[in-house]
Amino acid sequence: MNYTVEETTIIPEGAAGEETPKRRVGLLWYLLLGVYFGVVLTKSEVISWFRIQEMFRFQSFHMYGIIGAAVVVAAISVALIKKYRIRSLEGEDIYIPPKELGKGYRYGIGGILFGLGWALTGACPGPLFALVGNGVLVMTVAILSAVLGTWAYAALRPRLPH
Amino acid sequence: MLETLSQPWPWYVAGPLIGLIVPALLLLGGKQFGISANLRHLCAATLPGKLDFFRYDWKRSGLWNLTFAAGIVLGGFLAHTLLYHPDPIAISEATRADLAALGIRDFSGLVPSQVFSWSGLLTVPGFILIVVGGFLVGFGARYAGGCTSGHAISGLADLQLPSLIAVIGFFIGGLIATHLLLPLIL
Repeated sequence: MNYTVEETTIIPEGAAGEETPKRRVGLLWYLLLGVYFGVVLTKSEVISWFRIQEMFRFQSFHMYGIIGAAVVVAAISVALIKKYRIRSLEGEDIYIPPKELGKGYRYGIGGILFGLGWALTGACPGPLFALVGNGVLVMTVAILSAVLGTWAYAALRPRLPH
Repeated sequence: MLETLSQPWPWYVAGPLIGLIVPALLLLGGKQFGISANLRHLCAATLPGKLDFFRYDWKRSGLWNLTFAAGIVLGGFLAHTLLYHPDPIAISEATRADLAALGIRDFSGLVPSQVFSWSGLLTVPGFILIVVGGFLVGFGARYAGGCTSGHAISGLADLQLPSLIAVIGFFIGGLIATHLLLPLIL
């Protein structure tokens, strides 16, 4: 459990006067949290192409219930963290940077393009990884293609409206 | 115990369990829940080219998230082996009928095997759904600045307007693909 990264970055907090030693949380914790997410995604059938079709056809409450309940629980948690100014285990203030709206094109156009891909593959990025774990190995091709898509975005980025 | 856990988990169990990942990541290291950033880290690590977008220290900002993604693969594997449930996904009759009308015949797995398999990949529908679909997931997620986890869950939970616009976009795209494109592809 003491598997830590970047131990050299342990810096004492100087500015406020109180010397809180900073620790990096070990990668193992992120691995375990990922395992937890992969299990939940699988057992709730979120990774099923059939469930995504059912959602986009408005024929079941299942996916809406999952996303809705996740948002509510996450929203309450974030509100509590902000209200009580809870610090992370690394001893730092928790800050969630607001997303810049700008003209908003990127969210609308990018969102629609992502939605097209979500319905075709029947999976967003998290489920793509979980499907590979479930033995649907052909999804490694979808992941590679998604990496390529990310690269294409980076190349076209200067010319796209944001 | 394993018998109970092996059953499909209802939405009111799975939803809150997924929601808790947001505070867990914040409390662990002030990290924000967002899976698609890993696709960027993978580019930065392997083929950054000369693109500014990939000029950052991916190990420093993304190693935790890549580890998280590796955990998702492992979690999928563990659920598939230890908590395996043989019954087909209990989708609604209406969906089953709609998909049958599009020529989907096998409802036994997580995904329709005629399309999402190595032999399916070599067919036109398989290529479009897997390769083109995957490309759009990657391109769209980065263009929009996040995917389902980053916008629909983290962003909405933090009441961010850009995330709401993105999520509405996700649904417009999903509805177009489902109702207009799939009948042409399948």
